[in-house]
Amino acid sequence: MEKPQKREREGPEASVALDDKGQALSVLLPDVLSEVDIEVGAALDEVVLTVRPADVTAVCRTAKDDPRLAFDYLRCLSAVDYIDRLEVVYHLFSLQKRHKLVIKTSVPPDNPKVPTVVSVWAGANWFEREAHDLFGIEFEHHPNLEPLLLYEGFEGHPGLKSFPFHDYDEW
Amino acid sequence: MQITQQPNQQGDTVDMMVNMGPQHPSTHGVFRLVIWIDGERIVRAEPHIGYLHRGSEKLCEGEQYSQVITLFDRLDYVANLNCELAFCLAVEKLMGLEVPDRASYIRVILCELNRIASHMLFYGVYGMEAGAITPILYGFRERERIQSLFEGVTGARMMHNYIRVGGVKEDLPEDFPKRLSTLTAQLRAGIDECDKLLTNNEMFLARTKGIGTITGPDAIDYGLTGPPLRAAGVLEDVRVSDPYSIYDRFDFGIPVGTYGDCWDRYYVRMEEMRQSLVIIEQAMEQMEPGPVSAKVRRIARPPKGEVYLRTESPRGDFGVYLVSDGSDKPYRVKVRAPSFANLQALQHMLREAYVADAVVILGSIDIVLGEVDR
Repeated sequence: MEKPQKREREGPEASVALDDKGQALSVLLPDVLSEVDIEVGAALDEVVLTVRPADVTAVCRTAKDDPRLAFDYLRCLSAVDYIDRLEVVYHLFSLQKRHKLVIKTSVPPDNPKVPTVVSVWAGANWFEREAHDLFGIEFEHHPNLEPLLLYEGFEGHPGLKSFPFHDYDEW
Repeated sequence: MQITQQPNQQGDTVDMMVNMGPQHPSTHGVFRLVIWIDGERIVRAEPHIGYLHRGSEKLCEGEQYSQVITLFDRLDYVANLNCELAFCLAVEKLMGLEVPDRASYIRVILCELNRIASHMLFYGVYGMEAGAITPILYGFRERERIQSLFEGVTGARMMHNYIRVGGVKEDLPEDFPKRLSTLTAQLRAGIDECDKLLTNNEMFLARTKGIGTITGPDAIDYGLTGPPLRAAGVLEDVRVSDPYSIYDRFDFGIPVGTYGDCWDRYYVRMEEMRQSLVIIEQAMEQMEPGPVSAKVRRIARPPKGEVYLRTESPRGDFGVYLVSDGSDKPYRVKVRAPSFANLQALQHMLREAYVADAVVILGSIDIVLGEVDR
């Protein structure tokens, strides 16, 4: 099996255009999360907060509980395989404040461990199980990290770029 | 149905494990539910999904953007157009593409019709689950009318592949305004008829009132969206709170429930169908002739970057997370399927419920396994 190569292409990057709420949020974030090592950026119209894996639960807890942020709704939890690293992406939305945030954390592909956020949003449960199934990410302290979409005994993680799918010949 | 017994550590009674599915007519596809019951009460429930897992997200990585639309058709196969719309909007947002007005109006009209068709299926099936056979005949009659209109517009009853990046495939047929006005009148009468048939039926009320309740804060915590969330009394609709496409140009109401029980979830959908008709009529009035597609290259190449876009599908917040590396194929597509998140709350709703209500509660969430498993 060939080792997958990262596709590098020359091309324009998507432009960034934050709205008023996004700008206010990117100013507010370093203030609220002053104790944690964070990096505030932006992608298209979303504020992106990059944190270390170990800080994920604490940052998410603050994002939900702090009245200035109040991110009560986890829009989506996804994993992305960038070959040299695995990225776990949390899309948040606040139903009270109507602003949105993306939290990202990167883990090495040979030891992908991220603390769970099920204790923060109960809805994260299946999203984490799915990411564990398809990308092999270990969510530490998850209450029930059983296979969800794949059958028992399935080997490998089909979401990864290294998993072949066009020449997959089990059937 | 397979029944096994296992000892209970707490007392003398024995919990019985009952397996439901994956081949069971009330599971809307291939869904397996294992419940532990003590007498008539459900002690614990464990949903098992994945029987329809086709790896759609991974398949998207191997297809060009225009080809991915066909895969999205097959996610929520009851509301195909709404899925197509979400993907196309995400690509357009990443490319910074302006869609012609007429194309947006066509999209909105068709998606709202699709919402009615989807809710009509729910109506019919839900009647059956509560023990009434007749509603499905009425529900399917209305759904059939919508689908024959779709056939006239897109050429297919399902799996339309009609909404494209930059617009829609082609303009509406000439007789569309006439057919649509006939259809909306029929639908309005049809919805009223359906309403009369089931909503305040005493037996239906007894089966659904106060069953499977969930409170607003719990619903938000579980990531519940769409009609189940609004039934719990939370005013949240993506069409209003985070407007996409041209939904900010319409004036329509959002039905909200009070108790978050099965009946509220049912009735929110009935009212939503009426509101969809309101949107369709406004869109028909505002629509003007013009081009139906922006000038786009045959092979779309969005710039490097990522986008998250959410839309209100009939089942709730349908989100698409798209990562592009600048090539003609997406680098990663993640679908936030509303049924997937809504189904998580099933365990919560089933707690302490009667075993006879399990099917009614499951039906009230209105899942489509195509998007749960992807």
